[in-house]
Amino acid sequence: MAKVLMKGNEAIGAAAIKAGCKYFFGYPITPQSELPEYMSRELPKVGGIFLQAESEVAAINMVYGAAGAGERVMTSSSSPGISLKQEGITYIAGAELPCLIVNIMRGGPGLGSIQPSQTDYFQATRGGGNGDYRLVVLAPADVQELVDLIIEGFDIADQYRNPVMILGDGMIGQMMEPVEFTTPKQRELSEKDWATVGTGGKRNPNIINSLYIDPESLEKHNIKLQEKYKIIKENEVKVESYNIEDADVVIAAYGTTARIAKTAISKLEKEGYKVGLIRPISLWPYPYDEFNKISDRCKGILTVEMNSGQMVDDVKIAVDGRFPVSFYGRTGGMVPTPDAIIERVKEIYGGEK
Amino acid sequence: MEERIIIAGFGGQGVMAMGQLLTYAGMIEDKKVSWLPSYGPEMRGGTANCSVIISDEAVGSPVVIDSTAAIVMNRPSLDKFENLVIPNGRLLINSSLIDREATRDDIEIYYIPANEIADSIGNSRVANMVMLGAYLEAVEPVKVESILEAFTKVFGENRAHLLPINKEALEKGAEAARKQKEAIV
Repeated sequence: MAKVLMKGNEAIGAAAIKAGCKYFFGYPITPQSELPEYMSRELPKVGGIFLQAESEVAAINMVYGAAGAGERVMTSSSSPGISLKQEGITYIAGAELPCLIVNIMRGGPGLGSIQPSQTDYFQATRGGGNGDYRLVVLAPADVQELVDLIIEGFDIADQYRNPVMILGDGMIGQMMEPVEFTTPKQRELSEKDWATVGTGGKRNPNIINSLYIDPESLEKHNIKLQEKYKIIKENEVKVESYNIEDADVVIAAYGTTARIAKTAISKLEKEGYKVGLIRPISLWPYPYDEFNKISDRCKGILTVEMNSGQMVDDVKIAVDGRFPVSFYGRTGGMVPTPDAIIERVKEIYGGEK
Repeated sequence: MEERIIIAGFGGQGVMAMGQLLTYAGMIEDKKVSWLPSYGPEMRGGTANCSVIISDEAVGSPVVIDSTAAIVMNRPSLDKFENLVIPNGRLLINSSLIDREATRDDIEIYYIPANEIADSIGNSRVANMVMLGAYLEAVEPVKVESILEAFTKVFGENRAHLLPINKEALEKGAEAARKQKEAIV
C-alpha cells in the first residue's frame, strides 16, 4: 500500500482497525477528538461498534467488558480523561485482560490546557490506579511509529493479557505525516480460552474478576502478576539510541520531544559537539541497560521533557551515579525549542568543546 | 534542502488546506514532510496557522520557529510572523487584506493581491490558492503538478470538478509572483 498523509489521531484509528480492533468506547476531549470521530465513521464499516459513553468511567468499564469477552478493544482520551479511567485500568490489569489505551497528553494538573505535554509519565509508568500493577507503555515519536506501535500494541496486550498504553501528546495527535500500513509481524498468540463467551453447557464458566477476599490467594495472584511483568521486562524493551558510545553529552528524551532533541543534536554537530541520544520507546519496561553503553568520557546526561522532570528518576536509576543527570523542560503546553536544548548542552560542556 | 513554512490567516481562509496540499505534494515527490496545525479554542474568523516542513532529510522538530518562508493572509499574521522569517527567507503578503508593508529589508518580500486576483477569476474562495501559486513560483519547493495531484487526495474525489478553477488560481498567483521575482533577483 502506498503512503498516505494522515493526522496522528486518525492514523491511530486506522491502525487499530488494521489490527483487528472492533470496539471503541470513549468520550471526546481535545486534543484527541479526531480519533473517536474517525472510529465513529469507520468502525461500523468493518462490522465493529463505536460507542460514545456517558463518561470516561463508563467508557473504560465498557472496555473491561469487551476485553473480558475476548474482543480487541480500545479507548482513548487525554490527560484529565485518563485520570478518570484509572479505576477501570487497575481492574483490567488485575483481571489480566488485554486492551489498548491511548493517552494524547495535554498540560496539567487538573483540567490544565489543551496544548501538548508529557505530564502523565508518572501516572502511566508508575500506575495511576491502586495496586501493584504495570501497563506496557509505548511512546511513539512520529506518526509512522505511532501506527506501528498501535498494531504491535494489540499483540503485546493479547500475548501478556495486560493493558497497553500508547502515550503520545497533542503534537503527535494533531500533526500530519506520511504513513504506510504494512502487514505487521504477527506474534503467535494463544487462543483466548479464558474469555467469557458462554459455556455452551460444555464447560465450567470462566470468571473474570479482580477481587480476592482470601489474602493467600491474592498474594499468589500478585506473585503471578510480578512473574509476568518480569518476562515483559526481559522481552519488550524498545529503545532508539544515537551515537552514545562516542558522545560527550547524551540527551534522554521520548516522544515528540526526542524529535526536537534530534534537531538540536544535528545543529550541535555542525558546531563540532558530540551529542548522543537515548530515546526510550517503551517507557515501561524502561530501557535501563541502554545507558550502560554510554562511554565513560560522557560529561553528563540531559533529560528533556514537556513536564517538570518526571523521567529523571528513571534516568538516574539507569546511570546509577555514573554521570551527573540534569534536566530541561517546559510545562503547561509550552514546547521546548532546539536552541534552548543547545544552550543546556553547552552548559554541560562547561565552555570547552 | 529544507523548507520550513508558516502559513497563517484567519479561520476560513484555507490556510490549513494550503499547508496540507504542500505537504502532500512533498510526499508525492518522496520528500520528508510534516504538517502541524495550531490548535486551540479556535473558530471561523479567529486566527489559524500551520507549520509545514519539506525536507530531504528526516524531519526533527515539526514546530517551525525559524521559517524559510511565511505566507500571511491577514494583518495579525504579518505582525506575528514577519520576524520569524530567517534572513534571505521569503515573505508572501496578501496585499488585498493587509494594509501595511513589511518592515524587514533582509528578506524577499512578495505582495500578492490574492483576494482581488481570486475575484477576477470568479471565485473569491480561491485566494489561498493564488497565494500558494505565488509561493510555488517564488520558492519552487515542489512542482505545481504535484499540488494538482494532491488536490483530490486532500479534498476528495467529489471536489475534482473544482480542480480547473484552483489550477487557474495557482497560475495567476505564480504570474503575480514572477513579475516581482524578476524585480528582486
